Amino acid sequence: MKSLFVIIFLVFPGFFAISVSAGGGDVMLDSADIQLDDRAAIKRGAKLFVNYCLNCHSASLMRYSRIAQDLDMSSDEVRNQLITTGAKVGEAMKVAIVAEDAKRWFGTTVPDLSVIARARGVDWLYTYLRSFYRDESRPWGVNNSVFKDVGMPHVLWELQGLQTPIIESYTDEQGNTSERIRGFKLIEKGMLSTSEYDAAMRDLVTFLAYLGEPSKLQRLALGKWVLLFLAGFLVLVILLKKEYWRDIH
Amino acid sequence: MFDKISRSLGDLREWADARFPLTAFWQDHLAKYYAPKNLNFWYFFGSLAFLVLVIQLLTGIFLTMNYKPTADTAFASVEYIMRDVNWGWLIRYMHSTGASFFFIVIYLHMFRALLYGSYRKPRELLWVFGMLIFVVLMAEAFMGYLLPWGQMSFWGAQVIISLFGAIPYIGDDLALWIRGDFVVADATLNRFFAFHVIAFPLLLIGLVLFHMIALHSVGSNNPDGIEIKKKKDEDGVPLDGIPFHPYYTVKDMVGVVVFLIIFSAVIFYAPEMGGWFLEKDNFVPADPLKTPEHIAPLWYFTPFYAILRAVPDKFLGVVAMGASMVVLFLLPWLDRSPVRSIRYRGPWFKLALSVFVVSFVGLAYLGTVAATPLATLFSRIFSVLYFAFFLLMPIYSQWDKTKPLPERVTEK
Repeated sequence: MKSLFVIIFLVFPGFFAISVSAGGGDVMLDSADIQLDDRAAIKRGAKLFVNYCLNCHSASLMRYSRIAQDLDMSSDEVRNQLITTGAKVGEAMKVAIVAEDAKRWFGTTVPDLSVIARARGVDWLYTYLRSFYRDESRPWGVNNSVFKDVGMPHVLWELQGLQTPIIESYTDEQGNTSERIRGFKLIEKGMLSTSEYDAAMRDLVTFLAYLGEPSKLQRLALGKWVLLFLAGFLVLVILLKKEYWRDIH
Repeated sequence: MFDKISRSLGDLREWADARFPLTAFWQDHLAKYYAPKNLNFWYFFGSLAFLVLVIQLLTGIFLTMNYKPTADTAFASVEYIMRDVNWGWLIRYMHSTGASFFFIVIYLHMFRALLYGSYRKPRELLWVFGMLIFVVLMAEAFMGYLLPWGQMSFWGAQVIISLFGAIPYIGDDLALWIRGDFVVADATLNRFFAFHVIAFPLLLIGLVLFHMIALHSVGSNNPDGIEIKKKKDEDGVPLDGIPFHPYYTVKDMVGVVVFLIIFSAVIFYAPEMGGWFLEKDNFVPADPLKTPEHIAPLWYFTPFYAILRAVPDKFLGVVAMGASMVVLFLLPWLDRSPVRSIRYRGPWFKLALSVFVVSFVGLAYLGTVAATPLATLFSRIFSVLYFAFFLLMPIYSQWDKTKPLPERVTEK
């Protein structure tokens, strides 16, 4: 029986060798490093979201009132700071854009962003929002190094400015040489400096993470009490078991 | 005062016993059901499987109250549960985490049977009922996974149902009949909902009942793999048996609480489990026009999926996958060892079981990665080893040099 486990443990490292050779060369993502309990950041991100994203993208699974409740905002604050459409506080974050129009303008339907952070991950979003670069061959004059030939224009260009890619050539494991984007160079200044823009995008991604799972903070806060209770209960059931089993051994 | 109460409770029990076998049932299945006294760690998983079944049934009922099974509303209604329903997120995570834990517990429960030969005579039917539960559970999980109507729900179902299309002559019609449409669509979602919330749960409960009746008729095996019923005292009570209640009820409570600690840790701190329990792509609504780059079934199906992919021909792959289940059913008749438990078996069985475990886990892993040439090569090797474990068992289990069995169960 013991030898069985020894054999099994000796063999498992072999699987990792297969996984390394099977892995693809994905784009390197920057770490978003968000603090989900930073309400000020979520609030700042929410404002960016309603000003820059919510014109085309909906978050139709989320109600304004839920944001008010989670971020301790009054209905008036939400109405003044977050609602730009004339929606009621209890309504969902919908947009007026028609799917056919979107298809004509952007070549694709505009995805709803309610759970985008759970589908893409925060690091992807953080890198994506900072990776638009000038590309005259595209309809909107920009491309993205994380999402090639993306249909979305760089709506945040007034904040970030415009950048061009720094290209390098590299050779992969099979010996093929190709080009990839190593970084970006700012060619037109925006309203924010690079570090300010990065901070703003971190706020926006923090909001998107919150938007993806608003109950997450509640979940994390409750978890430790549940585990604490169960740990205490475990001591009791172990003592109970010992007491009964005394007559068996 | 207390005398009076206990007397009237006694009267009530007599009244009930005259009309329903209340006391007899309690004694037959708990207070005077004798289980071996040497059951170890591996024996927790039976009661835990029952616990997870109850969790899934209860959380499922509450999910059904707010879930809307149409292609237009399914995805949004799941998020409605996650956001707008009081404690909806907890109920949903319990259900989604419960699905994965069901398979963890069941796989460990089945492995216990392999370790101690619990499927051997007279427990063949007990094993067969258990295997039927496993197969129905797989169908139940597969259909349940379509319901959130995300990209993985949709494309996973599309791939698996299209496997039926590989059957000669009737394949395409069969796949069409299962889907109710030419692609996975609203009709498919509706019928899968019906199967998931009523048809298969009923079947599961029925099979679990049969599994328990069979168990309580033949009695539990134990880590020594010897029959405790062979040595009884003058009252007919097995010498190495102890009443299930209170001894195993209190012992199983320890298992239950340890299980709940692990279960809660996942629910509260890692409900996606890094994409293994809830896949990233399933947070994108189903889109019949966009095929995801990498379609992989959930982790608990991957050993069988890897066997399917290991065979170059699609139809023969389906046959191989089916056969990998069928051989499990045949286990009681393939094992010819004079002993049941691994404790008294020889080196051949121990080697074979080790190879089997490595192959099974290896296949589970390979089923999750892209089918590169190296991954396919390993899938083929592990698939052959998987079948070799079963098909060569009549030979090596007889050859093996076994150790002498003890007269009574041992305490380790």
